[in-house]
Amino acid sequence: MSGEGSALGARLRERDLAAAPAALNLLESVAPADREQAAALMRAVSPAELGGEAQGHIVGVTGPPGAGKSTLLSALIAAWRSRGATVALLAVDPSSRRSGGALLGDRARIELDPSDRGVLIRSTAAGERLGGIARPTRTAAEALAAAFDVVVIETVGVGQAETEIADLADTVAVVVQPGSGDVLQFLKSGIMEIPDVLVVTKADLGDLAIRTRRDLSAALRSLGSRATPVLAVSSIAPPSGIEELIGALAEHREGLQLGERRLRARRAGALAEFAAEQGERGLRALGGRPGAERLLAGQDPGLASPALLAALETAARDGAA
Amino acid sequence: MSAHEQPRLPEPDRPWMMRTYAGHSTAKASNELYRRNLQKGQTGLSIAFDLPTQTGYDPDDELARGEVGKVGVPISHRGDMATLMDGIPLEEMNTSMTINATAAWLLALYIATAEQHGVAQEQLQGTTQNDIIKEFLARGTYAFPPAASMRLIADMIAYTVEHVPKWNPINICSYHLQEAGATPEQEIAYAMSNAIAVLDAARERVPEERMGNVFGRISFFVNAGVRFIEEHAKLRAMSILWEELGRERYGVSDGRHLRFRYGVQVNSLGLTEAQPENNVQRIVLEALAVTLGRDARARAIQLPAWNEALGLPRPWDQQWSLRIQQVLAYETDILEYPDIFEGSKVMEGLVSELLEKARAEMAVVAEHGGAVEAVPYMKAALVDSHRERIRRIESGELTVVGQNRFTETEDSPLTADAEGGILVVDPAIEAEQIEDVRRWRAERDQAAVDAALQELAATASAPAGSVNLMEPTIAAARAGATTGEWAATLREVFGSYRAPTGVGEAAAAAPDTELAELQAEVARLQEKLGRRPKILVGKPGLDGHSNGAEQIALRARDAGMDVVYEGIRLTPSQIAASALQEGVHVIGLSILSGSHRELIPAVIAALRDAGVQAPVVVGGIIPEQDVAPLREAGVAAVYTPKDFDITRIIRDILALIGEDGSRRASTTDGAQGTFVVVADAGA
Repeated sequence: MSGEGSALGARLRERDLAAAPAALNLLESVAPADREQAAALMRAVSPAELGGEAQGHIVGVTGPPGAGKSTLLSALIAAWRSRGATVALLAVDPSSRRSGGALLGDRARIELDPSDRGVLIRSTAAGERLGGIARPTRTAAEALAAAFDVVVIETVGVGQAETEIADLADTVAVVVQPGSGDVLQFLKSGIMEIPDVLVVTKADLGDLAIRTRRDLSAALRSLGSRATPVLAVSSIAPPSGIEELIGALAEHREGLQLGERRLRARRAGALAEFAAEQGERGLRALGGRPGAERLLAGQDPGLASPALLAALETAARDGAA
Repeated sequence: MSAHEQPRLPEPDRPWMMRTYAGHSTAKASNELYRRNLQKGQTGLSIAFDLPTQTGYDPDDELARGEVGKVGVPISHRGDMATLMDGIPLEEMNTSMTINATAAWLLALYIATAEQHGVAQEQLQGTTQNDIIKEFLARGTYAFPPAASMRLIADMIAYTVEHVPKWNPINICSYHLQEAGATPEQEIAYAMSNAIAVLDAARERVPEERMGNVFGRISFFVNAGVRFIEEHAKLRAMSILWEELGRERYGVSDGRHLRFRYGVQVNSLGLTEAQPENNVQRIVLEALAVTLGRDARARAIQLPAWNEALGLPRPWDQQWSLRIQQVLAYETDILEYPDIFEGSKVMEGLVSELLEKARAEMAVVAEHGGAVEAVPYMKAALVDSHRERIRRIESGELTVVGQNRFTETEDSPLTADAEGGILVVDPAIEAEQIEDVRRWRAERDQAAVDAALQELAATASAPAGSVNLMEPTIAAARAGATTGEWAATLREVFGSYRAPTGVGEAAAAAPDTELAELQAEVARLQEKLGRRPKILVGKPGLDGHSNGAEQIALRARDAGMDVVYEGIRLTPSQIAASALQEGVHVIGLSILSGSHRELIPAVIAALRDAGVQAPVVVGGIIPEQDVAPLREAGVAAVYTPKDFDITRIIRDILALIGEDGSRRASTTDGAQGTFVVVADAGA
């Protein structure tokens, strides 16, 4: 079945959304033959092939459990669809440390019209990786951005998860519920990077939501960041703040140097992948992280991340030899 | 009591109210059944509605497919209600309705029907179940989000306490909690916490001096399992807690208002498919739990039928259960004595033990912010308890005669008939009902219906507590609106809702050898497939009994699989879309409502249309004679209540994935993973 990866990639390039489930099956597989096909798929949707960056907006949505992410995503997806934008949601759930299995529960909480071909939801288990991002999620986001208008990556957690998602997404939204102090503390203490957009859910709670929003804004100001908007939304009927949130996400995207951010994301992705697979010893063979980064900087900016990873692997092998 | 004191009551007590939970096919067929049951000595009615009526859909809705007239009677408008109650004196009858999300609507239809017969609403007696929290927790027939649902309940309480004073607007159900796996202390604690949430909401809607009346009109619907001594203690504990709650939290002082009143349906969870005749003695013993002690005796009893784990009971099966009640009440001496447990140290000890545990659990719910806020917590706790119960049955710690012990058996003559000893609803009923509701819509005064629904929407949009939704609901019933229209109008304003599944929060299983074997098999499959084996678990149709699906999902996860759990109320096209998008290797479906004959083939057709070739396994209450047709429709395996060993089911499923993978690897030319090919085919 040679050429299947590149055929799927070509279909995504043509914005054929029906190719997405098969493409994801391939990208998730660790079988050696599949990995080869996956690389071919990614080549077909690389900036070099696309003649520029994939146009889809990659949005990271992260926040602690119970913050209301799924309900918010339900409302967001409906709003995007009503303006004709196609949406892919990559929902990442933690895996059990004990069994390796995972319950991927998000689908049950998101309301969808099953006949709507313009939305795709794919649940993935985080697997053994810490930090919230499943291995194939990076490549999946990269690939789907060629076909969908919006690609959302949803992860659970706070403190570390959004750091990794920041390497991957164009725009990162951190979701907090009223009264939860963690995000505030993490922001202040620098454990957490400053997100592009902060969302306070459950605005229907009234005073508590208003206070949380005010506290977060104050913390951001004291950190010298005035750029991050803090929005209050309510996803229960009648929803409020959803349009403003969509506006804020779009505005952030417009202000981006997309090429630069995506290039950085691909390099960070390849490096993270390399480090996860080959560990510290592998990195040392490349002269540590600085050496690896230098090597990546020397690569063609039009390459997809698997090609960058391959370059690191080749260099490590040759260097070590 | 001294030895010389009279051990008997001066006069035997009057028996409890005897009901049979009944209704099927059509309003007309159910009316005939009710009249026959009343002739047989039944003293009250207990209406079973079908799932579309319970969840607010008309028979012609896509979601109603396969469910019309199955587990109860379809009631779409006041014409149906009039047919259902035809010839039954409404001013005398005590009617209990198992209806929750749409309780306000069904009560409105009942009131409108009574009006037509010249019976004033003040005269009506009965109960609407109307307990939404347990629907979120255990039964799944909710329609609106929690806050809107609680508002409807408070409105009904405020309305009935003034206008339908003999009506019990709500029956707090601990019944379904036990069915979902609750331990006795969980059953007590969650039911009481639930009652607190309802009473707190009602307190804001009625004048303070009416709180005693409101409290006095709240009744309970409980369960009784086969450990009937402890179950009796549970009911004594509940009556103590209830009185305490009335005095301390709501300032109720009138003794009549403080009495713990409950109706009961005894346990169905413990009824077995294997050797089903044994269920008769289980039912008898469970009935003792709620009748033996006078101080905590049920006000109304309905007993399940011996064949509930096989399918829907026939009138004869239900008659048998009614006769059990009549033998207890009229042949035994049970009603002739004062409370026979008074002074029993054992009983007192059991009660105080339960009280202590239940109070501790109530405190946890209170810490979560009360029953509404604690739904996710309680749901996860129930899923955990149920898992523990199943583990004990699997390991043999808990004996279930005929199922995990003493399994040798002769063939049962009870199930020897062509239908396997159950009621089979004529599939033509659904088409008939669709026809009927369309004719009703065509013939009514449309302008009046439109105006009534508009008024309903306007009232629903007003802030809670400012206006009562019952009035426009009754007006819509009079005007001829349908069940689906009433619910759709409110869904439009309130939004829809999906309850937490409790599965994601449930704790991981403790390691054991069987699980380790499954995990090794999963690892082997992962190697073979390139991806971790992934299963989609979901429930097509409107049936909300999700125990089985939840336990399969949990065990699959504990075995190391990736599990997409979709929860309840899925259409075939939703399941197909999910299976395709998620790239699953196998699909597990669960149905208990009897709609499998229609829905499973529909799901398989939708899957294959979407290009998903993954194998499908089905679990639920599937009569023996339906297994072959399902397999012909493409189902790889069918599991019924007698397959209690979940580990074995997961082992089968993994084997199925393995075979499927090999089969497809040999028919396509590579190690691509079959699902790439599959998904391509659908594109």
